[in-house]
Amino acid sequence: MQSGTFHTTYASDVSLRPYWPQRIRIIIVLALALIFPWFADRYWLNLANTIAIAAIGAIGLNILVGYTGQISIGHGGFLAVGAYTAGLMAVHLGAPMWITIPVASFFTAAVGAFFGLPSLRLKGLYLAIATLASQEIIIWVLTHGKLLGFGESLSLPRASNNLFGLPMEWLGNNDFAFYWVCLGALILTVIFVSNLFRTRAGRAFVAIRDQDIAAQVIGVDLFRYKLLAFATSSFFAGLAGALTAHYRGIISWERFTIDTSILFLAMIIIGGLGSVSGSIYGAAFMTLLPALLSNLARALSDVVPNINAYLPYMQQGAFGLAIILFLIFEPEGIVKMWRNVKDYFRLWPFSY
Amino acid sequence: MDRIIQLALSGIANGAIFALVALGFVLIYKSSDVINFAQGELLLIGAYLTYTMVEMFGLWWPIGVVIAVVLAAAVGVVIEQLVLRPLIGEPVISVIMVTIGLSSLLRAIVGAIWGVTPRPAPQFLPTDTVTILGANVGVDRIWAFGLAIALFALLTLFFRLSREGIAMRAVADDQQAALSMGISVKKVWAVAWAIAAITAAVGGILLMSIFGGVSGTIGRVGLLVFPVVILGGLDSIPGAIIGGLIIGLLQSFAGGLLPPEWGLGEVAPFVILLLILLVRPYGLFGQRIIERV
Repeated sequence: MQSGTFHTTYASDVSLRPYWPQRIRIIIVLALALIFPWFADRYWLNLANTIAIAAIGAIGLNILVGYTGQISIGHGGFLAVGAYTAGLMAVHLGAPMWITIPVASFFTAAVGAFFGLPSLRLKGLYLAIATLASQEIIIWVLTHGKLLGFGESLSLPRASNNLFGLPMEWLGNNDFAFYWVCLGALILTVIFVSNLFRTRAGRAFVAIRDQDIAAQVIGVDLFRYKLLAFATSSFFAGLAGALTAHYRGIISWERFTIDTSILFLAMIIIGGLGSVSGSIYGAAFMTLLPALLSNLARALSDVVPNINAYLPYMQQGAFGLAIILFLIFEPEGIVKMWRNVKDYFRLWPFSY
Repeated sequence: MDRIIQLALSGIANGAIFALVALGFVLIYKSSDVINFAQGELLLIGAYLTYTMVEMFGLWWPIGVVIAVVLAAAVGVVIEQLVLRPLIGEPVISVIMVTIGLSSLLRAIVGAIWGVTPRPAPQFLPTDTVTILGANVGVDRIWAFGLAIALFALLTLFFRLSREGIAMRAVADDQQAALSMGISVKKVWAVAWAIAAITAAVGGILLMSIFGGVSGTIGRVGLLVFPVVILGGLDSIPGAIIGGLIIGLLQSFAGGLLPPEWGLGEVAPFVILLLILLVRPYGLFGQRIIERV
């Protein structure tokens, strides 16, 4: 049991997970993730994939909101850019998934950097409203896409779902095969982002969040790093969007409205701002909450007639209520609750 | 030419409603620095409450409207007490998110009570049209405009003459100074939310008449509040009025004169919003206290 911070070597001081209990925990989680798909049915695989994709998007948003302090209500729009880029490439060029997903991610990063331009003049509230406008503008472009040469919703050819020439069907059914793709993408994202905040750019992001003027004084180029934060954040939004497009096989703009932006903001607030693991907890919470409610409604449908008619409202209401209750009672999110639990056991029998 | 007059008149009428909604928004922002994303849901609640009182309970409509407006004000005060009071002093993002969560919760409650099927507008709302300058204008739009102007006059008098109104202006000006003069800031916040809910309820009733019924689309107007208040200046009441009229006209002309398949009526306000934020973030009449980086 770890009882304090005792570093004896420089290597242990800079490592991300210096203690054996932490490493064992990660190994256990990874092992569970590897075993899970062999026992889960398609319903749970679908949920797991949805969580993994949502977690990638939430980590992306957390880079911008949690680590750099720039509030964005336009994340759904960036997901849409990623999904439509991948979709259009698959439909019109017949490009396979392993090409469309990286291209879509980089393209979304460029679009994100463009819509991040207002952040150079605005901050806080005003920036939030500006990103709201960019969300509405992106959705307008998608819904009036016929002017630009593409339609409102796209269905992707099944053949585009292949990895390096290997069709996904070879791995098993759609949910099972995509589990590995989504899990791989999530693991890469987590490794990249956890290490990002130990680099020059990541430190600059945190400095901007804590005090932008002080950051500028110590030599952080605000122009460059704010745009970089928008680009990195949108890169992961694009990745999540492109994965959604290939996994679902059909995309339409309704999936990426302002409600999606709000959903992602809710994930990082409930999970924990400025925390990679928090983004994953938040994504899982926000995906499982409506699923649990619908299971509950099905279980109660004999006792309470008509409950299924109220299900959408229960889900929407629970969503709103979860945000409000977390903000009032635990503004630091699930990550903080988990830390409290760990602290309780670590410090037992003392309270602090 | 007739068409231009027609578009202008309907734009002004819509703009008057936007201005009403924006007014409540600005009041809340001025007195408590809260950006209220749930303003559209307050519209929805006002409209549905009126519908319930008049159509479902069969009350004589002036009484029904008064009861609905009073109930809406009560909802506003309850929201302020339960949800926003605990978040005083929290960062901007928390306050934004809590009102977003609130809007989701309110929409769910409205949906669970009244369902999603659009309800027809109550009978007492006028449906006939008159001809002004050669253009056909619905009587309801004239009513909307007239009522909006009357409400503004009333609120202006309230702020100039009544004790509560002067206290609200003092709090908006300087919270600490107001506190040390013995003004109850908490009471002022409650009044601000009540007034915001009342203006939203009146706006909701007028929109119900213009849309020809009550449905979730009324809540969409809540988003249009942002272009209006940013254009006018976030903390300016005259700004909300002028901004509302300009955005109403802009939406009407962009949607009516340009090819309809472009759907520019929906997006034009947001393009303007982005441009204004970049060029003049404090809007037409706002205080120039915005911090630049």
